[in-house]
Amino acid sequence: MCLGIPGQIIEFVHETNQIAKIDVNGVRRNVNVGLVLPDGLKVGDWVLVHVGFALSIIDEEEAARTLKFLESMGQEFKDELDELMASQIE
Amino acid sequence: MKFVDEFRRRDLVKKLQDQIAELSAGKQFKIMEVCGGHTHTIYKHGIEDILPSNIDLIHGPGCPVCVIPMGRIDDAIAIAKSPNVIFTTYGDMMRVPGSDGSLLDARAAGADVRFVYSPLDALKVARDNSDKEVVFFAIGFETTTPSTALTLKRAKDEGLTNFSIFCNHITIIPAIKAILDSPDLRLDGFIGPGHVSTIIGLRPYQFITQKYKKPIVAAGFEPLDVVQSIYMILKQIADGRCEVENQYKRVVREEGNIHGLRVMQETMELRPFFEWRGLGFINQSALKLRPEFEAWDAEVKFEIPGVRVADPKACQCGEVLKGVIKPWECRVFGTSCTPETPIGTCMVSSEGACAAYYNYGRFSMAAQRRNIQVSDIPVIGEQ
Repeated sequence: MCLGIPGQIIEFVHETNQIAKIDVNGVRRNVNVGLVLPDGLKVGDWVLVHVGFALSIIDEEEAARTLKFLESMGQEFKDELDELMASQIE
Repeated sequence: MKFVDEFRRRDLVKKLQDQIAELSAGKQFKIMEVCGGHTHTIYKHGIEDILPSNIDLIHGPGCPVCVIPMGRIDDAIAIAKSPNVIFTTYGDMMRVPGSDGSLLDARAAGADVRFVYSPLDALKVARDNSDKEVVFFAIGFETTTPSTALTLKRAKDEGLTNFSIFCNHITIIPAIKAILDSPDLRLDGFIGPGHVSTIIGLRPYQFITQKYKKPIVAAGFEPLDVVQSIYMILKQIADGRCEVENQYKRVVREEGNIHGLRVMQETMELRPFFEWRGLGFINQSALKLRPEFEAWDAEVKFEIPGVRVADPKACQCGEVLKGVIKPWECRVFGTSCTPETPIGTCMVSSEGACAAYYNYGRFSMAAQRRNIQVSDIPVIGEQ
């Protein structure tokens, strides 16, 4: 639960509930973007996602770097991705 | 060597390695990494192996699964076993032992315990099961607290009355203060947490530099980040400076995440005190829901035992969490306490110092120098 995973904003899903669809390594899931919306979040931006919430906006280079680092973690990252895949945030 | 292979900027690492050796020459340094994510990086990537032996990395209390006291696990299990309840939790908490088994054991015994990726998934479980009481086991430092807070607000907005939160959120600053006040340990500096700092910013750390005169550097999670932050701490000491520095500027902003802080403030307030495993009771170190959110507070909705339970005698998680002993110095490490059959919390979470050391650290050259012997886990069913 402590990993911050980078994902790219694909579309905004629900304005009031502050939900956006992100792409993490090909996995597309809904997350809450309430913590970063006031910073001017837009489609195409990269965010660091933690337990279904975008914690901060990061640049593409940082996203790629973080993803590479997470992949080096092996099983722990796979487990986290599995949990994300099971997520059904509305 | 695994470490160098996984490093992309070998030349930079070598340079830092030389500078660290030069800055620390002839002296002993104890540097605490507060966050469990850093502990994991340190062992997984063999960072001890590239540091001179006079630099001792001490693992701090920043693994939320590790510091939760046994009594709160018992309380969680009591709620999970209440009639008509679906108890939801992060996967990491499932195997943490209470005084009479874990949540996983409670599930095996018939309780409806489900693991979720996000508190918003727990909210969906509540929406889909309106005839049941759905409880979310909220744990973690400031990294996860805003997520719980936003979920709580949404439950209130939706008028979802069959949802509640068992709030165990803790705050990092009082724990750092407790460690600084502890007579057991003399530290020279801190590697500050990364994600927590994303929320709280850097200002709350100022007391560490001003009152306790110790440098702190908020750091990222890659091996290079950790090595660089160690260099920055040593450089401060060599220069006679004592500051809060930010190595993780790529993500952490000086002021933190104001929206996150605001939503925490709106929904939660400080408890007068809270028990931490290993550190005992720490004043104003945890959060509970504000009275306005009483209808979503599991501690109000359910009768919970609330009994303080001492750790098992054999377990030395307390000393490990305070940095007084290293994982391998614990009596039961690697023998009766392993990631498969954990006795203490530090062996449960992959960010716990014991699990990180068991999985990776014990194979490092530093461990071989210490010449320790750890027996392998017996495989169930193998004769």
